[in-house]
Amino acid sequence: MKKDEVPQDLSSLGKITKEVCYATDNTGKYVTELSSGWEVKIKALDVAWNDIEKRIESAKEQVLNNHASPLLFFMEYRLMDIGILADYTGFWKWQIKRHLKPKVFNHLSDKKMQRYAAAFNIKVEDLKNMTLHED
Amino acid sequence: MKIEFEHRQAAHCESGVTSNLLRISSQGKITEPLAFGIGAGLFFAYIPFMKINNGPAIAFRTLPGHIFNRTCKSLGIPVTRKKFRSKEKAEAFLQASLDKGQPVGCQVGVYYLPYFPKEYRFHFNAHNIIVYGREQDNYLVSDPIMENTNTLDRYQLERVRFAKGALAPKGHIYYPDGGADITDEQIKQAIKSGIKKNVRNMLGIPFGFAGVKGIKSTGNKIKKWRDKLGLQKAGSYLAQMVRMQEEIGTGGGGFRYIYAAFLQEADAWLPGNGLAEVSAIFTQAGDLWRTAAVQAAGIYKGRISSQQDFDLMGNYLIEIAELEKEAFLVLKKIKWQ
Repeated sequence: MKKDEVPQDLSSLGKITKEVCYATDNTGKYVTELSSGWEVKIKALDVAWNDIEKRIESAKEQVLNNHASPLLFFMEYRLMDIGILADYTGFWKWQIKRHLKPKVFNHLSDKKMQRYAAAFNIKVEDLKNMTLHED
Repeated sequence: MKIEFEHRQAAHCESGVTSNLLRISSQGKITEPLAFGIGAGLFFAYIPFMKINNGPAIAFRTLPGHIFNRTCKSLGIPVTRKKFRSKEKAEAFLQASLDKGQPVGCQVGVYYLPYFPKEYRFHFNAHNIIVYGREQDNYLVSDPIMENTNTLDRYQLERVRFAKGALAPKGHIYYPDGGADITDEQIKQAIKSGIKKNVRNMLGIPFGFAGVKGIKSTGNKIKKWRDKLGLQKAGSYLAQMVRMQEEIGTGGGGFRYIYAAFLQEADAWLPGNGLAEVSAIFTQAGDLWRTAAVQAAGIYKGRISSQQDFDLMGNYLIEIAELEKEAFLVLKKIKWQ
């Protein structure tokens, strides 16, 4: 890539920091050049977030239809899978799979609820009611 | 308390941290591309059976930690590195290092990294920063991919040092020991050994999921994605690949441009070995990766969608595989002058 071809399409990161790219100057020598973003990867990130929004929406529906516990919603909201949640809470994966069932979830002790709430960085009340506060 | 330390922005976090930590003992000679090349940073792998954010796990660089380790080892610099179970001990060790006047590298997760924009915060745990001081309750942080330095309060730093999930940092802290100067001869030897190691990683791994074989087999896989996954999911997969390849921290073109810059610098250290010519091949490879990314974007934007479009996409990777194979074969056969 030539230095003057380094893209400058403003991304959400570009508003905070430009990023270093390696490119060649007109003698073919490598130099660094700052880029404020590239449309191709801005779109790629949009695709990723669209997928996430869809998963959050579908999780919400499943919780409202009583097919899943609010854990599913917050897992998707925090971009976690069962493995990550297991690491944050100290539960085994199979335990979390059980807790994803509304019936089991509703009978969890406060202590266990608290472990989930801490992992999601929310309050226990919000976990139970599937309430979001912007953070 | 502030340690004498100069923040310099880099393209990639680990090679940037390595280069910045070695700045004093190498008198600035270990640039970011040199650290990347000596650390044998270039790679490709499509890891089967593993999913990241519900997409394919594709890597364009070696495992986290390897670049710092290899670079220091090749240069004959002893390294201190520690992981912790206890958050208190992790902070105490950090504090003690800073008290000695030692800036330190820390592995962190980016999900709770407050100065990153929200759109970029995933559960990615292989980011690297330098902590170079503390003012009251705030640690002074040099994140190589940011233009300027930042601060993190004690809780914020603890949270990212103890992020959970794949490649959890566990408080991982590291720095090069000792004040001995790095000699030019050491640098030359280190460059050779870095190139040899990278040749092995890209040509020598069997089973076809890694190295140039991995690029080729991924190209063949992509051609089948349209039928196998459907347009929507295939688009998401391609978007994920492009992010791994081009997103912040790569220097562009899936690290191929950084590697080309490395070979160009290496040519100045070791003239007469034809490294500048090989550098030009990697520039070409980087350009082709970016052409492939534009094609991928056409697909995930929904502008193009036919099987021919997927075939062309896959063929780009097959062409890249040929190109990089050729380049690494030249490197493999060098009779060092």
